Amino acid sequence: MMYISTIIGALGLFLSTGTVLAAQTASEAAGGAAADQAAAETVPGATATVDPLLTVATPLAAWLAALPIALPLLGAGLTLVLRNLPRWQAPMALIVLGLTALTAVGLSAVVEATGPIMMAMGNWTPPFGIVIAVDSLGALLVLVTSLVGLIGIGYARLDVGDEGVKYGFYSFYLLLICGVNGAFSTGDIFNLYVWFEVFLISSFGLMILGGTNIQLDGAVKYGVLNLIATTVFLIAVGATYGATGTLNMADLQRVLADNDAAPLLTIAALFVLAFAMKAAAFPLHFWLPASYHTPKVIVSAIFAGLLTKVGVYSLMRIVVMLFGADGAVYMPLIVILGVLTAVLGAMGALAQVDLKRLAAFLVVSGIGVMMIGIGLGTQQGLTGAIVYTVHSILVMTGLFLILGMCDRLSQGGSLLQAGGLYSARGFAAALFLVFGFSTAGLPPFSGFWPKFILVEASLAVEGSIAILGVLGIIISGFITTIVIGRAWALVFLTPQPAGAPAVSAEPVNPAVIILAGFVVGLGLFPAFVVDPAINGAAGLLNPSAYVTEVLGGR
Amino acid sequence: MEIILAVVVGIFFAGGIYLMLSARLVRILLGVAIFGNAVNLLIFTGGRLVEAAPPVIGRAEGAAQVANPLPQALILTAIVISFSIFAFLLVLAFRAYQSLDTDDVDEMRLAEPPLNKPPLHY
Repeated sequence: MMYISTIIGALGLFLSTGTVLAAQTASEAAGGAAADQAAAETVPGATATVDPLLTVATPLAAWLAALPIALPLLGAGLTLVLRNLPRWQAPMALIVLGLTALTAVGLSAVVEATGPIMMAMGNWTPPFGIVIAVDSLGALLVLVTSLVGLIGIGYARLDVGDEGVKYGFYSFYLLLICGVNGAFSTGDIFNLYVWFEVFLISSFGLMILGGTNIQLDGAVKYGVLNLIATTVFLIAVGATYGATGTLNMADLQRVLADNDAAPLLTIAALFVLAFAMKAAAFPLHFWLPASYHTPKVIVSAIFAGLLTKVGVYSLMRIVVMLFGADGAVYMPLIVILGVLTAVLGAMGALAQVDLKRLAAFLVVSGIGVMMIGIGLGTQQGLTGAIVYTVHSILVMTGLFLILGMCDRLSQGGSLLQAGGLYSARGFAAALFLVFGFSTAGLPPFSGFWPKFILVEASLAVEGSIAILGVLGIIISGFITTIVIGRAWALVFLTPQPAGAPAVSAEPVNPAVIILAGFVVGLGLFPAFVVDPAINGAAGLLNPSAYVTEVLGGR
Repeated sequence: MEIILAVVVGIFFAGGIYLMLSARLVRILLGVAIFGNAVNLLIFTGGRLVEAAPPVIGRAEGAAQVANPLPQALILTAIVISFSIFAFLLVLAFRAYQSLDTDDVDEMRLAEPPLNKPPLHY
């Protein structure tokens, strides 16, 4: 063990030294370009051609891009300041997230109608300052995030109780939504890192809400491993800056397109590593099933729905859109990892007896399916991955909520003790099947269409990778069906164990019903998501509209 | 100068990774702290080094050499973030030590109990 760690440590030394040195020499070899850019960033006034400040007023539509971030942030501050009014916390959060969802609807409508929207913070001319830039992909994900956040508040009221409210549940929750929305809409990679940390720190607060021993145990693993992942991301950001002299995504896209220096491959590998870890892809997924079942149900549900998807989104945005040709080197690897994640995640779920841990493994399995789509790298593959991301946000949230309910009803949520709930709770049984079969990808639920698109996309690609992709999607779907079928039969159909207390009459929470409505609705009318997803995928592969919007004619 | 700093960054990374591979929570956290500082130094070096030049100057002065202020701004942000998260994790580790009676992550099995076989019949 000692030897292995020493070797890995030494490897780390060479790797990192090599990266920096390579970045140094490459940019010096590239001569003027990068250094000039750095100089231009240093003294905005020195380049006479570009005015450092934008002179035109920010158009009204651009404010829409900032509101889904600003509103929850303000709400988080408001709930924190008014923490002595516990009764007002939930209504305040509901109003704030309601407004956020409204602006998100407006934002995606505007983006679909007129193309990407850019807002320059402090009116600094891009690429000098930080920009918020939203294209179809970003707008779609901001919309789904805001909706799920709004629906989640409905469930939270029962779940967190007075104690949770006292310790700032709503502040953390709003900050989490703010961070995720920020990550989906920023146009600057260092800023992306900051949003990662914003939702990371609020997720720490949510994870240990309640302070039981099992939560502390889960939070230690979650906290340390996620911090390492974001730090690896920061290494990649630093090295990118060293090699290119810019951090603005649109500018980077341009600089990277005509720059094929060797360190870019290393940097792309670091990005893949960091985002695969954030997304919980095999073999970096171990932190997720070790922690996601420990917090309160609503917290698990929101984490399962949103947090891993930010990793998937970043993989699309940075490795596919920015690194293009350099990122393409890793695409076969991403497909293979995706297949392994999808199949092994489902098999992990098969081996669980705890309902919430079972669901955590299904989250991991879903990540694999998205990675297959990303790894195919085609327009259709990316479309499938985006649709699957939206589906997964809705379904994983709902699955955790309904499993949390079964958990309470069956006193402990272990498949070994549960049973006999069907006669008392028929409606809950039906909802369990809706979310479960949607996860497995059966029609007429939302999971069917993205898997259909992805299988079709795999078949359209030549080579053995494509066959792997098809096999991964089909086999993981098959195993997931078994997992769900067996869990359902054991929880609902088997006779109630002797001596079990009477099943409580707790009604099914409206939040779960609304989510189930979305899941069925998307299964029946997939065009609402597929159309923006097609635009989003096209924008990733050919970001000229995005680049023009951010940089103007410059 | 850049080469020396690059080697220093590498040593920091190696030390950080080595500590993070330990099973003791305190060592892991110290490793994370060193790892974070290595990144800060990497960004600083990546922004190119110039000797004794101010990062911010007035337009009128027109100094010939200017230090790149952007990495400094980035590092400042990263330091604030990593400091706050590190402080949180230290408290968390202490609470976990108090409640779970161990700082050995191999012995923290509450959230990952040994697997029971799932039921094999209905």
